[in-house]
Amino acid sequence: MLLIKNGRVIDPARKTDVTLDVLLDGKVGTQDARIAKVGANLSAPDAEIFDASGLVVGPGFIDLHCHLREPGGEISETIATGTRAAARGGFTAVCCMPNTQPVNDNASVTRGIVERAAVEAAVRVWPIGAASLGSKGEALAEIGAMKDAGIVAVSDDGKPVATARLMRQVMDYCGPLSLPVIDHCEDASLFAGGVMREGPASIRLGLQGIPPQSETICAARDVEMAELTAARLHIAHMSTRGALEAVRRAKSKGLRVTCEVTPHHFTLTDEDVHYDTRYKMNPPLASCADRDALIEGLADSSVDAIATDHAPHHAGSKDVEFDRAPFGITGFETALALGLSELVHKGKLSLMRLVELFTTGPARVLGIEREIVAGQPADLTIFSTDLAWKFRASESASKSRNTPFDGRAFHGGPMATIVAGRIAFRR
Amino acid sequence: MVERLQHLLAIEPLDREQITFILDQAKPFQEFQRFPLKKLATLRGKTVAIAFFESSTRTRISFTTAASRLGADTMNLQAEASSLKKGESLIDTVRTLEAMRPDGIVMRHSASGAPEFVAARLGIPVFNAGDGTHEHPSQGLLDALTIRDRKGTLENLNVTIVGDILHSRVARSNIHLLTKFGSRITLCGPAMWVPKELEALAPNVRRVLRVEDAVKDADVVMVLRVQTERIHEPAIAPEEYILLYQMTPERLRLARSDALLMHPGPIIRGLEIDPVIADGPQSRILEQVTNGLAVRMALLYHLVGGAPIDALHPAKERSNAAD
Repeated sequence: MLLIKNGRVIDPARKTDVTLDVLLDGKVGTQDARIAKVGANLSAPDAEIFDASGLVVGPGFIDLHCHLREPGGEISETIATGTRAAARGGFTAVCCMPNTQPVNDNASVTRGIVERAAVEAAVRVWPIGAASLGSKGEALAEIGAMKDAGIVAVSDDGKPVATARLMRQVMDYCGPLSLPVIDHCEDASLFAGGVMREGPASIRLGLQGIPPQSETICAARDVEMAELTAARLHIAHMSTRGALEAVRRAKSKGLRVTCEVTPHHFTLTDEDVHYDTRYKMNPPLASCADRDALIEGLADSSVDAIATDHAPHHAGSKDVEFDRAPFGITGFETALALGLSELVHKGKLSLMRLVELFTTGPARVLGIEREIVAGQPADLTIFSTDLAWKFRASESASKSRNTPFDGRAFHGGPMATIVAGRIAFRR
Repeated sequence: MVERLQHLLAIEPLDREQITFILDQAKPFQEFQRFPLKKLATLRGKTVAIAFFESSTRTRISFTTAASRLGADTMNLQAEASSLKKGESLIDTVRTLEAMRPDGIVMRHSASGAPEFVAARLGIPVFNAGDGTHEHPSQGLLDALTIRDRKGTLENLNVTIVGDILHSRVARSNIHLLTKFGSRITLCGPAMWVPKELEALAPNVRRVLRVEDAVKDADVVMVLRVQTERIHEPAIAPEEYILLYQMTPERLRLARSDALLMHPGPIIRGLEIDPVIADGPQSRILEQVTNGLAVRMALLYHLVGGAPIDALHPAKERSNAAD
């Protein structure tokens, strides 16, 4: 039993924000661990006490988009190290993308991840299965079998679902399975070897630019297919105003279309790039206007979730010319702090809305509920809104250090991560 | 006092004083090229690594000759012959070179920003001899020297650059350099090679897509090579390019009568430039080549030699001795 005392309990599902106690009960570390009671002045003589005075207690954070690199990429990250970093970032559950080696396109790989996670993971690991075999964009992956093995969504992340025809099939197939289809939106012919967003900055640096239409064209295609099939579409790591507008139109039509934005896309722009490979990710950092549009979308509920796209790459692979470096940055440990510093403290978002983007927002994308009431899983994220601290990549739990936020000063960040009634991280 | 350069990575971060200083220092080396004995002892005992990760003849020979005429030894690395093909990374290759203790490294690389990447990791001066589609700063300096010699100034000139600007590092270095002195740049070429965003590169940069309009009133016309090897998008048919953009005597006549015709080379006669004007009286193309030596000697002398900014110039020392 764990009794969390005097926390500012923010529950976006019921839009409540009050100082309360939360009692967690049941067999710690199992599905059985639940929220037992929520109320004022709770007492439980046998319970371990966690004093949350001055801290926010929210539902357990869910990250819809990360790369744990296992199997196959253990030089950069493992399920053990990645989930420890996730716990340090306040995440109680993370959805790992299938672009591992081998690709998670069949039930045996899915089971391998699930079994490994059961032994080694610090937080819940919810695998995402490939949409196509090998994510090659040809034949459908073994989606039904993977669903039985534990996947929560499908995606060919790293690249888009290759064609509209394949997208239609995937959506048709996933509908009855109640699986959302997550797409990495990109038009191959426009992407064409680009390494950053096309614009004045790419022109100045002489780096091959990727026009925003690479994303918007693919997002528009996906929305069309979602309308045709009535399937659930989720746009991954959205970085452009154009894609956001496509999502808004889809939502206004009542389509089941959702989207996520990463902390780096609401924090940085293409002007930050220079030749530092820690600023190289895909989709690339956007223009200032697009960044501001994303923030508006986060505020007005057009955007459903903040997702990290945590993409670890070992030092050697990033210590190369910008053109040759792989795309991606780590993100678990800085996500909440960036949300607080860049969105809440700057007055762009309410604290309630930020918590929603990390909790009930992503939960609904997956078709589940997250709230702080008796009977819900005993997953909670406890954080400070004002703690002054500095993020140091060298102290990260991730195996990789590829982050542009090394040394950045923050106000507010995770204080404890509780997964299935157990304290997975405590500052 | 002029701020001392540690590396020559790009023109963009330099100020007018630094540029003027290098050009002034290049002047005596210009004269020096006419001496019968073209050898100084200024950099004797120094070694300059010449590392070209992308093919080049002219710039490589120019830097090598400049180093040699200053008395330095050179170590040559060419990508074709290097271990890059065996999978060695850039950083390992240049660290291996550094372990042989050169006093500076001149590098060309197909990736924009590669010299900056190397400079941040090595303890010796790095000279960018062209990086991807970013900059070619020594070319910008030698072009500036050529213009200043002929026009007497770098200020208030109309400079028209014609060609594939998007993929041109020469154009970027020239745009940055000349606009720092208040000259006006007109960019011209097929529209997809002259994106509007180029106008944001520096003040007083405009694009004019019709070549006849672009060269009007120009004091300097720079023609760029059509770089077929660096073009990602569908290329334009050569016949079409010739018809619409080739610099011809008729088009050059629309510029000021004393306009300079420049080209960074190598020229493709009959494609971007009509041979008649390439060899004509307005052409400064070969002068650019000679000035390249002078500018590169000045750069090596200061960055590798580490001479005090106000030291007696070695070429002057020599010419005094000869008198």
